[in-house]
Amino acid sequence: MTKHHVTTTVNGEIVEFLADPRNTLLDVLRNQLDLTGSKEGCGTGDCGACSVLLDGVLVSSCLVLGVEATGKTIDTIEGMAPAVGLHPLQRQFLEHAALQCGFCTPGILIAAKALLAKNPDPTEVEVRYWLAGNLCRCTGYDKIVRAVMDAAAEMRGAA
Amino acid sequence: MPKDEAKTAYRLIGTRPLRPDGLDKVTGRARYGADMSAPNMLWAAVVRSPHAHARIIRIDATAALVLPGVKAVITRADLPTGKTGEAADLQDNTLAGEFAYYDGHAVAAIAATSQLIAQDAAKLIVVDYEILPHVTDVDAALLPGAPIIRPGIADHSVPEGSHGNIARSIDFGHGDLDAGFAEADLVMENSYRTEATHQGYIEPHACLAQLGEDGKGEMFVCTQGHWYIRRMCSAVLGLDAAQLRVTPSEIGGGFGGKTTIFMEPLALALSKKAGGRPVKLVMSRSEVLRATGPTASASMDVKLGMKKDGTLTAGKVMFRMQGGVYPGMSPVGEALSCAFACYDIPAVLHEGVEVIANRPKAAAYRAPGSPMAAYAVESLLDEMCRKLGLDPIETRLKNAVKEGVKASYGPKYAVIGLVETLEAAKAHPNYSAPLGPNQGRGVASGFWFNHGGETSVSLAIGEDGTATVSVGTPDVGGSRASLALMTAETLGIAYENVRVNIVETGALGVNEPSHGSRATFASGKAAVEAAHAAIKEMCKRAAAEWGIDAEAVEWDNGAAQPAGPNAGKFPPLSIAEIAAKMGSTGGPISGHHESTPGGVGASFGTHVVDVEVDPETGHTTVLRYLVVQDAGRAIHPAYVEGQFQGGAVQGIGWALNEEYIYGADGRLQNPIFLDYRMPVASDLPMIDTVIVEVPNPGHPYGVRGVGETGITPPLPALANAIQAAVGVRLRSLPMTPPKILAAIKRARG
Repeated sequence: MTKHHVTTTVNGEIVEFLADPRNTLLDVLRNQLDLTGSKEGCGTGDCGACSVLLDGVLVSSCLVLGVEATGKTIDTIEGMAPAVGLHPLQRQFLEHAALQCGFCTPGILIAAKALLAKNPDPTEVEVRYWLAGNLCRCTGYDKIVRAVMDAAAEMRGAA
Repeated sequence: MPKDEAKTAYRLIGTRPLRPDGLDKVTGRARYGADMSAPNMLWAAVVRSPHAHARIIRIDATAALVLPGVKAVITRADLPTGKTGEAADLQDNTLAGEFAYYDGHAVAAIAATSQLIAQDAAKLIVVDYEILPHVTDVDAALLPGAPIIRPGIADHSVPEGSHGNIARSIDFGHGDLDAGFAEADLVMENSYRTEATHQGYIEPHACLAQLGEDGKGEMFVCTQGHWYIRRMCSAVLGLDAAQLRVTPSEIGGGFGGKTTIFMEPLALALSKKAGGRPVKLVMSRSEVLRATGPTASASMDVKLGMKKDGTLTAGKVMFRMQGGVYPGMSPVGEALSCAFACYDIPAVLHEGVEVIANRPKAAAYRAPGSPMAAYAVESLLDEMCRKLGLDPIETRLKNAVKEGVKASYGPKYAVIGLVETLEAAKAHPNYSAPLGPNQGRGVASGFWFNHGGETSVSLAIGEDGTATVSVGTPDVGGSRASLALMTAETLGIAYENVRVNIVETGALGVNEPSHGSRATFASGKAAVEAAHAAIKEMCKRAAAEWGIDAEAVEWDNGAAQPAGPNAGKFPPLSIAEIAAKMGSTGGPISGHHESTPGGVGASFGTHVVDVEVDPETGHTTVLRYLVVQDAGRAIHPAYVEGQFQGGAVQGIGWALNEEYIYGADGRLQNPIFLDYRMPVASDLPMIDTVIVEVPNPGHPYGVRGVGETGITPPLPALANAIQAAVGVRLRSLPMTPPKILAAIKRARG
């Protein structure tokens, strides 16, 4: 199939790639742009491991086509930390031991970042419902929820 | 890093430092199975049977082979013949031979220059099937008219005249059963069923493999045990184990399901056929659910005898479990051994059969067999407590096994902590929290043996006095942290000065996988032994420098010291000072340890759950959840809590939501995460934990494995809580809203 030339912005940098119309944004990120931090756990939008921000909106990149990225802004886990140190969510996940295998972690961090951008002071219930699209099989979510709540508090304190 | 409680003399054990691999895992840098690529790499795809049982008449790859970009197609004809035993079953499951035995059974594989081309080519392969009668349900497989799936599969344990779908039969026990039941004030008997569930790791199986004409190969693969991958791939393909170098990726969850092979030999065989080009093979979620390790489904009868005061007098179980078409995969033996393991019962009889059915080849899943057994036995125990008006914790305390008691499955228990978990559960505020209408509380205990296993560890002292530890147990949930803590504690250096590496198969002796809750126990024990070997050598170097006997030197606080006034007066020689000079004092300093360690400490836990059941919909909400488990010693308490919480939530999923659903056509009807519904964050409350520490004398720091027991009590605890809430007893999992609603309607007429 004819490939399409796509120009887009990923983690603040302009990138170009050739995409088969059937390639998902996740395929492109992982296999063409070498950004393997976004994971494929299901390919059907049910697990959230491929979560990225598309123009600031939380999406499952396995449900977005690569060609749809044209002219958009994409934020992935690789762009989450500042130049020095870590994002408060990343640090709180480490301090709370909120990951075991770590495979779902990039998607959950991106989803949590989107939550806190929208709602800086979420309740536990709000965190749980927001993250209901992200499967974690290792932790039972307890430490993840605590880490997100503490990161939110930390970010409110810093603001 | 404050210690949780100042109850040990240890400097580091019991603290909660950041995990060494944490930074890579929160930044997306950690490399999992599908994250590695190689120059000149091909992508693979697999053709799978859409039928539950069929004879493969013909496979025609002509159209696929002419598709531009396709480099190799393999079928069973490309694999070596003449395999027997485990190798034959592994090979047949990897790529079907004469028969496709389940929906999802692999029948051909393709390598092409892109993933899309490989997938397109898969659709061009024509397979002619002769569809055969099938059976997928464990009880249906034992009906008189059921099709016999593997004629002649029964081993010597199966009595003449048994049903043809029985592959193996087990029975064992002790005591006078009739006398035991005669002595009881209440004898009850019920049947219970559990459906198959999947381990549900979020990372699908993935590997990158290369194999040349010379029989030398390499593989990067997500696995719990890369020596198992090496052994099994070598057996299936007829390779020399030493010529296959297997490197484990970071692992995105396993829970037992990544202790075996499913498609790894396909990548190697495709690579060889494509002239040695590397091949990447990544499963889709549907492939994972259809064709990789679910656990067994079970149908179980239990009979218990109890005195009015709650004393158990006799117990009998009959378990029927199916784990696919290959014998040895259903954990019926383990289930039987776990059934009464928590209780000191004078007379017990265990009977079980392994049943063949047209389902994927089962793999281990967290405490294999124990959750099903607990669902049956702990449910009946609760029903009897209810009938006699007994408190569930007091009744369990009355019968609980202790040190010195002969276990129901044979051996005598060493130091164990079941009583301590029951006492801690009783004392916890959750056990006395007030309950409202339609709310109920359930209690259950659980057991897992734990495991030692073949273990090889190597430790090397660096030029600056830091230490690297090479282990063969992949880190499934923080074991690098616990191993670094134990090594640093032993050497007397900082946690940050130890690096734990999980190394490839060429770097160490054979290691069993991270299974059986053994990584922190066995690799930890070996790392401590390796550290002691290095310490011995460092003491020798100090003795030589001081001109005294090595026996007159002791190791304390990260330095060699004269052992008492008679040894002479010398300032301590630190590990850094000894290391800096090692090149001129005898060469590199390292320590090794190889063993199959004994001293495994059995694991017990007790869970308390509160639920609310909506009588209008049958939906169960988990209000509170408490896990109490004996860890022996919690090396890194945060990751111990994590094991407790994760295990409990997998058990909650098994109890309430998860099941393999097969249609009348024998096809899996829910092979995506939307329909195979695992617990999500909004389904759950916080999972409260209490770490009980009854140190295991068989480990230098008292460790018992903690990974598995946690999945066992939730199944019965939730059934018990649901009965307490709305008065109905669910004897079949999962306890979905429709099932609960129907039970409520039946009960209320």
